[in-house]
Amino acid sequence: MTDATRGNGRAGQGSLLVSDARTARRNAAERRFRIYGLLAVSIGIVALVVLLVSILANGASAFRQTTIRIDVPLDAARLDPSGTRDPAAMAGVTTFRYAPLLREGLAATIAAAGIEAEVDDRALDEMISDESVAQLRRHVLANPDLVGQTVPVEVLASGRIDGFFKGRVTYASAELDSNVTPEQLRLAEELRNAELLRTGFNWRFLTAPDGSDTRPEAAGLGVAILGSIYMMLIVLALALPIGVAASIYLEEFAPQNRWTDVIEVNISNLAAVPSIVFGILGLAIFINFMGLPQSAPIVGGLVLTLMTLPTIIIATRAALKAVPPSIRDAALGLGASKMQSVLHHVLPLAMPGILTGTIIGLAQALGETAPLLLIGMVAFVREYPDAPPDGFFDPATALPVQIYNWTQRADPAFVERAGGAIIVLLLFLLAMNLTAIFLRRRFERRW
Amino acid sequence: MNDTGLTDTAPAKITARGVQVYYGGTHAIKDVSVDIPDNTVTAFIGPSGCGKSTFLRCINRMNDTIAVARVEGDIRIDGEDIYDRRVDPVQLRAKVGMVFQKPNPFPKSIYDNVAYGPRIHGLAKDRADLDGIVESALRRAALWEEVKDRLAQPGTGLSGGQQQRLCIARAVATAPEVLLMDEPCSALDPIATAQVEELIDELKQNYSVVIVTHSMQQAARVSQRTAFFHLGHLVEYGETGRIFTSPEDPRTESYISGRIG
Ligand SMILES: Nc1ncnc2c1ncn2[C@@H]1O[C@H](COP(=O)(O)OP(=O)(O)OP(=O)(O)O)[C@@H](O)[C@H]1O
Ligand SMILES: [Mg+2]
Repeated sequence: MTDATRGNGRAGQGSLLVSDARTARRNAAERRFRIYGLLAVSIGIVALVVLLVSILANGASAFRQTTIRIDVPLDAARLDPSGTRDPAAMAGVTTFRYAPLLREGLAATIAAAGIEAEVDDRALDEMISDESVAQLRRHVLANPDLVGQTVPVEVLASGRIDGFFKGRVTYASAELDSNVTPEQLRLAEELRNAELLRTGFNWRFLTAPDGSDTRPEAAGLGVAILGSIYMMLIVLALALPIGVAASIYLEEFAPQNRWTDVIEVNISNLAAVPSIVFGILGLAIFINFMGLPQSAPIVGGLVLTLMTLPTIIIATRAALKAVPPSIRDAALGLGASKMQSVLHHVLPLAMPGILTGTIIGLAQALGETAPLLLIGMVAFVREYPDAPPDGFFDPATALPVQIYNWTQRADPAFVERAGGAIIVLLLFLLAMNLTAIFLRRRFERRW
Repeated sequence: MNDTGLTDTAPAKITARGVQVYYGGTHAIKDVSVDIPDNTVTAFIGPSGCGKSTFLRCINRMNDTIAVARVEGDIRIDGEDIYDRRVDPVQLRAKVGMVFQKPNPFPKSIYDNVAYGPRIHGLAKDRADLDGIVESALRRAALWEEVKDRLAQPGTGLSGGQQQRLCIARAVATAPEVLLMDEPCSALDPIATAQVEELIDELKQNYSVVIVTHSMQQAARVSQRTAFFHLGHLVEYGETGRIFTSPEDPRTESYISGRIG
């Protein structure tokens, strides 16, 4: 057999029913390669699953929040001493006056439900989020007619009580915790049995602005999501047209000489520049020199545009290069101008590649943190930015910066918030990638 | 040698004098002078790599798109120097159509492939007019019967020979004055070849057609004049009948009889 296959200068000698040594070796090599490939893919999938599981385990609970239903007596004597129901006059009453109302309401609600509470006033106070007091005050100021009535309100439970129902706080840990006592937990459990306390989907997490260090239960992503969306709009509106125009010029029109080589090398270099450098650039140019406001999505968007441009240019040029030259010849040969041949034939063919590059660039920009820290987007922002275009100049934060910010805080409840924010960020990325796939399909179907 | 291409009979549509083409350091066309008359079919024959396509691409300035290519000499169409600075190659190419050696349909529908030229040049008054142009172009390229029910399907989905005819239809649809065809029948069966040859014969009523072919029989069948290229030189040019019966140059003779390949 070996004699027949070695060195007699002819391939494929011998019976076809028996695989010769060389074929067997080739097949073995192929099998080995398949196993390596499967192994590599498995490692990737395992890493992804571990990542997703750990993020979900940490963050999923951020989407649920514990609230208590309280019937609050809005005592007119205390909330509206002047008796005019004039919001301007009532604005003089601080949250300090509202807190006892909530507490008294809670005590009355507990008594009405027939629950025996062994906790004092302070302990009752502590079970309600400080945020809820401010919320109640805003609600009353907006609806002065409510004063004098007893209204049912759904208030946020404090972070520790919320943590108890998510398994973060236990009776054992409460013994050691100065912020919560086992008695409070017991009361919370009874409230839940009486269906006065419940844990439901946490819309506020997606809509509310950030909460202060002591109010993790009130912290939300509203401002960060808006800020990120604003910046993505700016990046898309600037980087896509500029990047595509630059690539078309470089690829289709520019003479191939030393200058285009220099530009090409520099664009590739730019893509590799660490993002923090872009942050320093943005600080120096957009804020210090051009005088744009700090912490504003416009500055963040401009910095991220600079970062995203090289990615889009490189992807677009690769996509344009991949279009066969014969297509250009065909168009030119029919008397189309260069511009027509590019716009009618080359660009549509390159579109899927351009879209992929753009989405990759946007995804990078969405997750970018370092340059935003430098331009002050890490600030604590409670006010929603206005609608664009004015809102582009209002202070805002961004999703990744918010995540970074929350991981820096002392209260462990913020770890959960950060995990939840990561999930939101990943969902955004998923949505963008699905959009890319959808657009790619649509463009591909045209030819 | 460079005066073999000159004629003093029919009025010349295309006149070339002392044309040299360089691809970087490669000298691909060496001092070619030729007069191509109107209303005739001129065949370019010669061994592979001798520069037939290169010379053809000089006539509609497609060599402009190759960065390393450099064209010297003088080429005139109707007495106008097409390499003059004032000439817009885009306008020239609307006048001088081309069918490329490799079929290159657009990755669009069959209809859009043919309609593209008329559209960008504004040749059709309305949709019905455009439909008419597309149909007659496809009929002339002997493709209509095969594709009339699937005009909306991509042109790239056709077979190689069908794509070649689609490219012919596309070039014909813009109604050029000169049609350059680089091996338009290389992938066609004898029946389709006969149909395309019929088209070429018909086209010469109104156009000047230049066709590159590797088939001696085809050159003999369709052309009135034949040019033999060898290693970048135009070796011999004249009446097709004379070239094939009594070639003057020994190289022509050995090529025709199959000794140079
Ligand atoms: N784009 C190019 N760059 C560099 N050299 C080229 C290029 N195109 C053609 N050449 C060279 O020019 C010479 C002539 O080529 P051309 O394509 O004109 O030959 P041809 O006669 O059409 O051959 P065939 O019958 O095989 O198509 C060849 O030596 C070829 O290598
Ligand atoms: Mg050729």
